[in-house]
Amino acid sequence: MIFTDEQVRNVADLANLRLTDVEIKKMAVDLGAVVTYMKKLDSLDTTNVEPMAQVLYEAEETATLREDIERPTIPNADVVRSAAVSGGGYFKIPRVIER
Amino acid sequence: MNIAILTMASIRAGLDARQFSAVELTQAVLRFAEAENPKTNAYLCLSPERALAGAAAVDRKLAAGEDPGPLAGVPIAVKDVILTKGVKTTCASRLLENYIPPYDATAIERLEAAGGILLGKANCDEFAMGGSNENSAFGPVRNPVALDRVPGGSSGGSAAAVAQGTAVASLGSDTGGSVRQPASFCGVVGVTPTYGRVSRYGLVAFASSLDHIGPFGRSVDDAARLLQVIAGHDPMDSTSAFAAVPDYLAALADCDVKGMKLGLPVEYVQGLESETAKLISKAVSVLQGKGCEIVEITLPHTEYALACYYIICTAEASSNLARYDGVRFTTRAEADNLSGMYRNTRGSGFGAECKRRIMLGTYVLSQGYYDAYYKKAQCVRNLITQDFARAFAQVDAILAPVSPFPAFKLGEKVDDPLAMYLADIYTITGSLAGVPCMSVPCGTTAEGLPVGLQILCNHFEETKMFRLAKAYETAASSR
Repeated sequence: MIFTDEQVRNVADLANLRLTDVEIKKMAVDLGAVVTYMKKLDSLDTTNVEPMAQVLYEAEETATLREDIERPTIPNADVVRSAAVSGGGYFKIPRVIER
Repeated sequence: MNIAILTMASIRAGLDARQFSAVELTQAVLRFAEAENPKTNAYLCLSPERALAGAAAVDRKLAAGEDPGPLAGVPIAVKDVILTKGVKTTCASRLLENYIPPYDATAIERLEAAGGILLGKANCDEFAMGGSNENSAFGPVRNPVALDRVPGGSSGGSAAAVAQGTAVASLGSDTGGSVRQPASFCGVVGVTPTYGRVSRYGLVAFASSLDHIGPFGRSVDDAARLLQVIAGHDPMDSTSAFAAVPDYLAALADCDVKGMKLGLPVEYVQGLESETAKLISKAVSVLQGKGCEIVEITLPHTEYALACYYIICTAEASSNLARYDGVRFTTRAEADNLSGMYRNTRGSGFGAECKRRIMLGTYVLSQGYYDAYYKKAQCVRNLITQDFARAFAQVDAILAPVSPFPAFKLGEKVDDPLAMYLADIYTITGSLAGVPCMSVPCGTTAEGLPVGLQILCNHFEETKMFRLAKAYETAASSR
């Protein structure tokens, strides 16, 4: 599997990652090597095998549900304290709607 | 008092006999850690205020004749991917350089409630991605056994601190071997419990279907004692299991393993270095000498495990790491518009390995490729899990190497991601199947590098795993 610079750029766009030209060249090589290795799975027949998302154990279906009652949450001020930019109890982001 | 050889039992005996107070002990260990840490970089930060407050609480309980808890006064290092309220949690990433969590992970709450002392935060690979601890944004950790070598990863700092004696025990996280492999490289005990045994509430997510929190100790007893405290159901983690937690320590009082049937997987020879192979087979004969029956078993889908694991873990990582976009967490790179801000923040904030895994995960989940990679890998995961189910119908436990080779030199594999991934071959199968597994030291190479024996048991059979590990530890130390 060979990745072109263009393909790497497309994936980087999907991932919201700004990569430098040097990073793109290196990434093309690394992705190529690892994805080629991943293709090993193609040789295995999985026609009648169920996909497994989680290791699950016998439990009641409702086991993870709780009573719908109010309980304390983390105070707003504690949450926004670690934000890059905050104000008035909110996270602030660059303007997205022009007036 | 020799800090580097303290055990949980010796700390408790010292406290009960009033040889030292918890505060005195904590002060001494903090001084020792401060002096010794520059050699290894195992800690990213110490948390003296919190540690001393915890110690003072233990002393008050002792003075009042109350039970100070099973971890009373035990200095514990915590991997910096586990949230600690008010104590910086960076995930060894520039992106979270100044992040101070607003809450404690459940594991932290439980260890402190048991009298454990949060001594500081341990270095690791960025967002727990790596097998050498060279991916930390704050510098690599050096292996205390051989300072020119890696301590393993991703929980390298947690393993190194315990090996160096700057902590008596520690918490790490294991997604594909990140507790067991550094434990083996540093010569300490490291445990990956059954998936769901320990709550991940407050563990920064890397690959949610594979992430575990696991303990390190210098003995099987200490690792078991720490697991005892942090294990058990937590309503804050919907994947945490309801199964009752057995009394591990009571079970360890009797380590008769006579008649246990142990399986050696015929597939686990790939890339295995000869010295490691010799030490593993010596360990196997020790257990044989204790009356265990050794049989060959097969885990036929082993050769597909690595490809399967790296598809699933990168896919889940690309999704989990999407949240670091410059909005909610500390670091932001400016740009004219929102999408530019996301891209610049992530491009400048993540290190090379995180970017690589985000890219791989984004690729395997992208339109047109989902079935070919992610869904296919989930099917293969099912087959691998069935391999283990069949094996455990035949045997009590599986014995295996942890890593194909002992600790390698810093920089040796850093430019070859695939070579680094291939080193995970013996640990990822257990992770995919969600079974409990651990590394117990089984000797050193001619160069003095530690090697770990891996013991794997069926789901929720930690007790059996600990008994085997302790039987081995006891027999090996008396030889």
